[in-house]
Amino acid sequence: MNDRRMVIGKTVVHALCLLPALALVRMYFNGALVAQADPVSYITHFTGNWALWILLADLAITPLRRLSQRAGRQGLNVLVRFRRMVGLYAFFYATLHLLTYVLLFSGYNVPATIAGLEAGRVLEPWRQLQLIWPAILDDLQKRKFIQVGLASWAILFLLAVTSPRRALQAIGGKNWQRLHRLIYLAGALGCVHYWWLVKTGVRTPWKVTAVLTVLLLIRMAFWISKGAKSAPRRQATQRQGAY
Amino acid sequence: MMLYPKNRVKEPPASEITPKETYQAFELNRRQLVGGLAATGAVAGLAAAMPKQARAEVKLQNLVTTQYTVPDRATTPEGKAKSYNNFYEFGEEKDDPARNAHTLVTYPWNVKVEGLVAKPRTFEFGELFHLQPMQQRVYRFRCVEAWSMVIPWDGFPLSELIKVVEPLPTAKFVQFLSLENSKEEILPFGIPWPYSEGLRMDEAMNPLTLLTFGSYGETLANQQGAPVRVIVPWKYGFKSAKSIVKIRFVKHMPPTTWNELAPNEYGFYANVNPYVDHPRWSQAHERLLNSYSLFPQVVPTLMYNGYSDQVASMYAGMDLRKNY
Repeated sequence: MNDRRMVIGKTVVHALCLLPALALVRMYFNGALVAQADPVSYITHFTGNWALWILLADLAITPLRRLSQRAGRQGLNVLVRFRRMVGLYAFFYATLHLLTYVLLFSGYNVPATIAGLEAGRVLEPWRQLQLIWPAILDDLQKRKFIQVGLASWAILFLLAVTSPRRALQAIGGKNWQRLHRLIYLAGALGCVHYWWLVKTGVRTPWKVTAVLTVLLLIRMAFWISKGAKSAPRRQATQRQGAY
Repeated sequence: MMLYPKNRVKEPPASEITPKETYQAFELNRRQLVGGLAATGAVAGLAAAMPKQARAEVKLQNLVTTQYTVPDRATTPEGKAKSYNNFYEFGEEKDDPARNAHTLVTYPWNVKVEGLVAKPRTFEFGELFHLQPMQQRVYRFRCVEAWSMVIPWDGFPLSELIKVVEPLPTAKFVQFLSLENSKEEILPFGIPWPYSEGLRMDEAMNPLTLLTFGSYGETLANQQGAPVRVIVPWKYGFKSAKSIVKIRFVKHMPPTTWNELAPNEYGFYANVNPYVDHPRWSQAHERLLNSYSLFPQVVPTLMYNGYSDQVASMYAGMDLRKNY
C-alpha cells in the first residue's frame, strides 16, 4: 500500500475511533446527555463499552491477518499498521472511563472546582480531590471490580507509553513484544471487571467475553501450530551452521 | 365519578391525558398502536404527531394530599423516573423496560390473595383500586446500586388490604409474586421467575408501606410495574415488587429473588443502611437523580433512607450487619 493510501487509511481509522467521543460531545451540547436519567452512569457505560470494543477490535487484527494469510491473501497484512493506533484509542477510552469514575462517579465536586478556579484558587482541583480521596481509597482496597479495572488500565497505560518507536528500540524487539502481549491480559481483566460489576444472574458481558475467547483461541491455535512447525526448522538452521 | 379502570381499555379521552413537554415515545401503548410502528424507531415523531395515542397512563382523580413529602430534595423529573427502571422481566439494562414494557397487558388484571388468611380472595383490579381513597406521597427512592430519586407515588397503605383479608395469627410474612408471562415479557435467562419479594408482617403493616397504583398523579407506566406494585421506602428498591399478581401470607420467611441469586449481596431485609456496604460498592453515599445536571449531587445516604422515626423500632435489638 502506498503512502497516500496509507494516509487515507489512517484518517479513516482516526475518524472511526473518534466518532464515539464526538457523539458524546454532541449529546452534551444538544442536551441529550443530561436528559438521560443518569448521565454519569451513561458516560461510565459508554466509555467503558467503547474501551472494551476497541480493545477487542485491536486484538482481532493479528488473527484476521493470519487467517487471511492462510487463505493465501496478502491484502489484510496492511491491517497490522493500524494496530498501534487502535490500541492507543482503546487506552484513550479507558482513560476517559477512569476519569469519569474519579471526576463524576466518586462524588468529586466539579461545580465547586470550577467556581474555585474562577475565583483564582489554583489549588481547588487538588483540594476537591483530597475530599473524595478517602472514598476512592476505600474502593481501591475493598472492591475487586475496581482493582481489576484499574489493573487493566495500568497495562494499557504501560503499553501506551512504550508504544513509540524509540521505546521499542530502547527495550529491544523481543522484550517489547513480550511486554505488549500483556494486551491480552488487559482485555481479559476488562471482561472480568465487567462481570464483577453486574448483578449475579445478569449476563450482559457475555458478548464481549465470547469475542475475547474466540480471539484467544485463534491465537492459541497459531501458537500450537507454530510450535509444531518450528522444531524441524531449528534442525535445518543447525545444519546450515555446521556447513 | 371515577372513570378508572374502564377507560383503560378504550382510548382515554384527550382531556384525561396530561400533555407532556418531554414525550417518551416508548410509552406507546400496544393496544392503541397501529401494528408494528413501535418497532420502526420513528416513534418519536409519531408520538408528537399523535399525542392522543402516545400515553397509556391515565390521570388519577380525587387524589388525597398527605404529609409525606421530601421538602429538602427536588422531585425527580417524570421523564427520568419513567425511563430508568430495574424491571428485569423486560430486560437487563435500565432503559430496556421503558422500551420493551409496552407489551405488558395490564387489563384485565387480578391479584390473588392467599395463604394464612381468614378471607382469601382474588381481587379484580378495579376492586383493589377502589378499596381506599388514593393518596399522593412523595418518597425518597434509594436503589441498591447507589443512586436515588424522589418520586410522588399514588396509592394507599398496604395495611388496608391486609385488614380486609384478615391474616391468621400464624401468618408471619407476606410474599409478593410478580407477573411471569413469556408472551408479554422477555424474562431473561439466569434469573428464576416469577420475581418474588417479601416483607415481615410488621413491615407490611407499617403505614409507610404503600400499595401503589400511580406516580406523578397518573397510573403507573408499564415499566414502573403497572398496574399495581408496592413501595417500601426505607428499603432498597428491589424490595418494592412490581406488577403484582399474587400476595401470599406465610409462616416462614419466603424465598426472594435477589437474595436467592446472591445471598451475600442482597439480604431479605435490605434496609437502606449507609454503614453496611454492598460487597462490591459503598452504600455510604448516593447519586441523587433529581436534576438535569451533568454533575449530580452525591449526598450521604440516610439510615433507613431517612425514615428512622417510623421504622427503626421494628429492628430494635437486631444485628443489622447480619440482617442486611
